[in-house]
Amino acid sequence: MALSRKIAYIDLTNRRVRTAPIPLEMRKLYLGGRGLDMYLLYNHVKPGADPLGPDNVALVSAGLLTGTLATASARTHVAGKSPLTGFVGSANMGGFFGPELRMAGFDHLVITGKADGPVYLWIHDGEIEIRDASHLWGRDAHQTQTMVRQELGDDDIQVMTIGVAGENLVRFACVMTSLKNAAGRTGMGALWGSKNLKAIAARGRMDIKLAFPEEALEYNKEIITQVTSAKVSKTMQKLGTLFIWGTTNSTGLVRVRNFQSNQIPYADDIEPESIEEEMIGTAGCFGCQVHCRGRYFIKKGPYTGAYVEGPEYTSLGAFGAEVGCTTKQTVLVGNHLVNMYGLDTLETGSMIAWAMELFEKGILTEKDTDGLDLRFGNDEAVIEAVHQIAQRRGIGDILAEGPLKAAEKIGKDAIKYLIHVKGMSNLHSDERPTPALALNIATASRGSDHLRSRPAIDLYHLPEKVLRKIYGNPVPYDGPLTSDYRDYEGKPWEVIWQEMCYEAVDCLGICKYHTVFLGPNMPNFSEWPRLIQLNTGLELTSKDIWDCADRAYTLERLFNLREGLTREMDWLPDRYFDEKTDRGLPVVRGKSIDREEFKKMIDEYYKLHEWDEKGRPTKKKLEALGLQDEPTHKL
Amino acid sequence: MSKILVINPEKCTGCRLCEQVCSVKHERVVNFYRARIRVVKWEMEGKILPVVCQQCEDAPCMAACPAHAIARNPETGALEVNYDLCIGCRTCMNVCPFGAMGFDWVTNRVIKCDLCGGDPQCARFCETGAILYVDKAELSGIKQRKGAESLMDLMTKVTTAISAAG
Repeated sequence: MALSRKIAYIDLTNRRVRTAPIPLEMRKLYLGGRGLDMYLLYNHVKPGADPLGPDNVALVSAGLLTGTLATASARTHVAGKSPLTGFVGSANMGGFFGPELRMAGFDHLVITGKADGPVYLWIHDGEIEIRDASHLWGRDAHQTQTMVRQELGDDDIQVMTIGVAGENLVRFACVMTSLKNAAGRTGMGALWGSKNLKAIAARGRMDIKLAFPEEALEYNKEIITQVTSAKVSKTMQKLGTLFIWGTTNSTGLVRVRNFQSNQIPYADDIEPESIEEEMIGTAGCFGCQVHCRGRYFIKKGPYTGAYVEGPEYTSLGAFGAEVGCTTKQTVLVGNHLVNMYGLDTLETGSMIAWAMELFEKGILTEKDTDGLDLRFGNDEAVIEAVHQIAQRRGIGDILAEGPLKAAEKIGKDAIKYLIHVKGMSNLHSDERPTPALALNIATASRGSDHLRSRPAIDLYHLPEKVLRKIYGNPVPYDGPLTSDYRDYEGKPWEVIWQEMCYEAVDCLGICKYHTVFLGPNMPNFSEWPRLIQLNTGLELTSKDIWDCADRAYTLERLFNLREGLTREMDWLPDRYFDEKTDRGLPVVRGKSIDREEFKKMIDEYYKLHEWDEKGRPTKKKLEALGLQDEPTHKL
Repeated sequence: MSKILVINPEKCTGCRLCEQVCSVKHERVVNFYRARIRVVKWEMEGKILPVVCQQCEDAPCMAACPAHAIARNPETGALEVNYDLCIGCRTCMNVCPFGAMGFDWVTNRVIKCDLCGGDPQCARFCETGAILYVDKAELSGIKQRKGAESLMDLMTKVTTAISAAG
């Protein structure tokens, strides 16, 4: 059965590997993937541990349904204490690694200690070897994968790896697989680098047995049709996530020049349709019919001829609007560089944009940047800054420390211009006109982030009846819900529902484009029980799945509280309240977040979560979820 | 009228759903190694090519089989292995120019595409059109249109360039 896969404890200091089965009871409590990872995080990381020290743990996992006949069951989860924020470190990626890990016999890896020199793991058919990686150290993410495949003599081996950024402990370095799949956020690449862990290679010939194969095949077809018949999927099949940037820029919901505007005009060259002209096709993750990744060759400049996948929405912000650039060449090259270096494209773009605003305000000068002209719109400087961050040269060495530590080093008023929550930069979107989305970034468990709880469908003006149908299942909700995205009322419940929805897909190992993220009619709690039952035989109700998600999310909260989270950190940068949007459609122009209304939202959000006024889960809530005795060290 | 699988590599996104549904249909498990179709990738170069049996008219596997174990199914047109006759020598694997004849190490048998008895799951699940299951009579038309499209594209570009140059 799919559930027979094991957990492996890999002690890099003593080079020892121990494996154990995963009890079914733990599956019923946390499903797998991010859920079980959060249990392991809470149980294995000592309070106050240095994120870049040997006491931190690097977690890797496949979801409960990864590799099975659950559409786009491609995801791999990576976790640990974040070197960027000091809170929950957790990132999720597509590609083919997760299914391959399962076929190689494992669902969860708990990597502890620190190797005395560079190593990589070779996992195949129930075996785990710790191998020397000295020859891979210093190689980019693409070279490393090719070299591992050549060394082990198999082109179909799947490899997760860090690039040079992770080796250099850039606090927002990511873990990569294939050309562009990144476990991007919270600096998991730096965590691997601190352990001298360069890569993990997997290849498996072990059957993933399904509980009801014929029925699972038919249900998979049904679910695929449900997903791909949605208009949003058809658009994604063509343009990928670039389309989101196109629509949100025309509305006025993107971040421009750090946070100085919410729409970039005269940027035809970086519109999705313009970038589409470069594409030779699209690529899909395992089993996915949405295939949202563009494929292109770079045609100009020093990287001419390089084959690249992407760019996505985030790179359009990072190397476009955020840094005031409007040429697609910069976006295409920037995207290529972060993929090779293994850098979080979002954080990289945000740090550069922030440095540019500091440069504009005179807080940074050419003296600080060794002559690098960090003016907004300077394409060459943006690309050079990416190199400097990854290689920790010049001003890049400071920016590589991430928002809060860099602000501390630069001093003066630098912190005032940071667009971050809990030490993690925000997506290249502007949430001032959309309180629901603002609440999402203020409260997300890994810092400012859209993939934890963004109620993106709130932007669609859906009739209240439709919203009630979605947001009233599987937990009844009879509070207010409104179709107007400018409202404050009723939004906290939307954020909580999305938290549970995204947590659940991350536990299952399914992509968010196959649930209620961009399309309201996508599979969710209603479809998952059958999907789980047909593939694994596990009988769970929608409410059971919700509870698993709630349990994992609450553990994330407990972890953050243990590491010093306070209510004040569930909050937005001052600029969200003090500066108004200056562009966009009339409905979004002149908007800022109202402090009092936002405080009420936070209160309501805590209340609905059954957390106290300081944001701590109540005893009653912990007992309801069976978390009162954590850590219980069952795994 | 018998139908045939047509591969359009340029439409393949490399998702490997075909491999997954193939192994489930035939072996009731997910296992890339036990699928009758394989998406071969040169990942870092951006090249993808799904490999599957072409059900050749003059099939080397059938001709070379010393046990005469490979025969065409008159209903589907698929070349099928009769395991009662097969001696497991794997000569068919050696002679197949496409590498489309596989070997299942679990059952110790050669395995190949049997068109799922007339409803190939790879084509059924592939929504991009990279794998099509079409009537043989339509095959020429499909290929001609595809050829014409790329030619027309080229001609339009040339015409536009000439008129732009005045």
